Amino acid sequence: MVSGLTVSERQLSLAVLTMLALCGLAMAAAGRADALGVHGFIVLAFSLGLIFLVISRYNDPEPPEERLAHYYDDPTRVGIVLTMIWAVVGMFFGVWVAALLAWPDLTFDAGWASFGRLRPVHTSGVIFGFGGNALIATSFHVLQRTSRARLPDQFSPWFVLIGYNLFCVLAASGYLMGLTQSKEYAEPEWYADIWLVIVWVVYFLIYIRTLQRRKEPHIYVANWYYMAFILVVAVLHIVNNLAVPVSFGHAKSYSLFSGVQDAMTQWWYGHNAVAFFLTSGFLGMMYYYLPKRAERPIFSYRLSIISFWGITFMYMWAGSHHLHYTALPQWVQTLGMTFSLVLLVPSWASAGNALATLNGAWDKVRTDATLRFMMVAAVFYGLSTFEGSFMAIRAVNSLSHYTDWTVGHVHAGALGWVAMITFGSLYALVPWMWKQQRMYSPKLVEVHFWLALTGTIIYVFAMWNSGIIQGLMWRTYNDSGTLAYSFIDSLVAMHPYYIARTVGGLFFLAGAIVASWNVWMTIRMARTGQHQEGGADVPLYGRADAVQAGE
Amino acid sequence: MKEFFHRKIERNAIGFVLAIVGVASIGGIVEIAPLFTISETVEEAPDMRLYTPLELAGRNIYIREGCYACHSQMIRTLRDEVERYGPFSLAVESQYDHPMLWGSKRTGPDLARLGEKYSDAWHVAHLINPRDVVPESVMPKYGWLMRNELKYDDLGLHLAAQRKVGVPYTDEMIANAQWDAYGQANPDSNQAQGVAERYGEATTIRVFDGDPARITEMDALVAYLQILGRLTDAAHQSAAVEE
Repeated sequence: MVSGLTVSERQLSLAVLTMLALCGLAMAAAGRADALGVHGFIVLAFSLGLIFLVISRYNDPEPPEERLAHYYDDPTRVGIVLTMIWAVVGMFFGVWVAALLAWPDLTFDAGWASFGRLRPVHTSGVIFGFGGNALIATSFHVLQRTSRARLPDQFSPWFVLIGYNLFCVLAASGYLMGLTQSKEYAEPEWYADIWLVIVWVVYFLIYIRTLQRRKEPHIYVANWYYMAFILVVAVLHIVNNLAVPVSFGHAKSYSLFSGVQDAMTQWWYGHNAVAFFLTSGFLGMMYYYLPKRAERPIFSYRLSIISFWGITFMYMWAGSHHLHYTALPQWVQTLGMTFSLVLLVPSWASAGNALATLNGAWDKVRTDATLRFMMVAAVFYGLSTFEGSFMAIRAVNSLSHYTDWTVGHVHAGALGWVAMITFGSLYALVPWMWKQQRMYSPKLVEVHFWLALTGTIIYVFAMWNSGIIQGLMWRTYNDSGTLAYSFIDSLVAMHPYYIARTVGGLFFLAGAIVASWNVWMTIRMARTGQHQEGGADVPLYGRADAVQAGE
Repeated sequence: MKEFFHRKIERNAIGFVLAIVGVASIGGIVEIAPLFTISETVEEAPDMRLYTPLELAGRNIYIREGCYACHSQMIRTLRDEVERYGPFSLAVESQYDHPMLWGSKRTGPDLARLGEKYSDAWHVAHLINPRDVVPESVMPKYGWLMRNELKYDDLGLHLAAQRKVGVPYTDEMIANAQWDAYGQANPDSNQAQGVAERYGEATTIRVFDGDPARITEMDALVAYLQILGRLTDAAHQSAAVEE
């Protein structure tokens, strides 16, 4: 890590880390009477640990000039490991909160261990910890290959990766202490939000600086998606998190928006976090790793263009379908529903493009679990975008909203699409990164595939059933024209499905643990010197060309 | 043949960046900006009162414990919801809610009209162990609310921050915030009268947690739960007009 940096980059790291440590100290001092102080100490310890790491390697020899002739992949390697750690942590918390709904006393008599605080650890852990690290790690890899240019420097990718993980740690530890803005998927408080903006600006600059130095005239479609992810998430994050802190010594802040405007802003954010974090970013992943693994070109260039601009334009209108029949003016609800329906066109264009790319490679789908992960991901992407458009229809939404059906829909997308495309991509990427012919155990990849698929299906079916039953029970009338069921009747009816969903989650978690072990053993295989030059790592365009250094 | 137009766009990184930001901004601008300018978006409610400092502290506990993950505060304009929970929610009812807590999931029932539906003692028992009063409940226990003393000495800063984002707290309310919090949970104290003066005679002033000796987090949360749906009568009036 450190020995790959030049001396001036090591000095820059120390300067930045010292400033971060001072920020931590200031937070610890100003917030000594508040949970903010605890976060101050976490920031301080985090930066002091890294300062120690840099100093301990400070006198290592500088990396040779020759490094500029190779892509810079160290951050991607560390990013992959972090992705797997967050996968296991985030999914473990998911299984725990799922179990709490079936057996509510399966916890400790303490605030940090109650459902309401654990749930955001699960959601942020999987979305931002697992998903975000996977996006950062793969984007650095894809960006360099498709641009045939090295990352612009060696400091900023580390700043983004490590800084982003500091954000994730602040988020998760904050929830356990009860620090939350309550805005779903935007829970971290003001200082963590500001830190994420800084990290994100550097991330964007890496992207644009690398693209400016590209040796490839055209920007490849995967990079369109990664760029949309970076840019739009920045816009959403900044607007939705505008808030006034109680004081600089308080972690607590009050949102700038209130009531109906706040609801619309929040769901404009919430739905587009799904669109630009969980869709655009992972489509970028798909557009690189799926054709590479299948060794087939993307089926249709024009379809890629239609789906990209369709998604980028239309998703931003769809957020109001989260607020059907509420106090939000009806014209906004109708706009949201309309665009949600039209959104099916670009969504299915993407899914269809992916599946059509596999034409001529279906034999590989049968034998190669890695490619099968990506194929199933594309199928689930198609299914859950159809379901999403369907649920955005006002009449359907009147039944599905507030029920477990929404939870099932989200998990069809999160497990079936996001996690599957990530695991597929990582199984392709890990052997390239550690210069191996294949994963340590292809058989375990197969095992993981079936664990993941079984878990997803159990989970989604359980939630479809419970959600629809719930929705129907709430609106059932008896012969005398009064409501047939009390609320608690509907809750009792959920019990078997809440158990089934916990089992589904356990399957999926088990798969992630198998994957982590497989990745770890592949890394060990590389470390113990069994170097087998993987021949696959060549630029997408102009296969024979040597890697070109940036000027 | 003329070059396909997209071929040009995708050769220019900065142009591509600007195109993405431009295309993606339209939806949000069209849907969000008018909500601040069209006056019919939020109804008039002259009788609307503000959260007292104690209720605001309770609301912050509600947020801290993630109650919104399982309870909505938004009754939709559907017959079964109105019959189950009460008059449908109006935008004005959450106009001072920074942030709003409309929620997205009902693992438990909607709470928009919970205020004064149950006694304080019921709430205290329910929060300490929900299964003591509702045997089938899957709600977590919140025993620590009764053990933790409420931190109320900084409530003036909270009210001041609320004023910065648009809630019309007066200087007097901000200056007396911590005493008003104390007074609302201690009806026999000298501070109780000030609460009624500043927030209205209808303000609930009670020993919410049943223990007059201490101001606990339980006091604050129950005070908040008891005001839900009662800041204004507008929803009931609009329901009466429709009938």
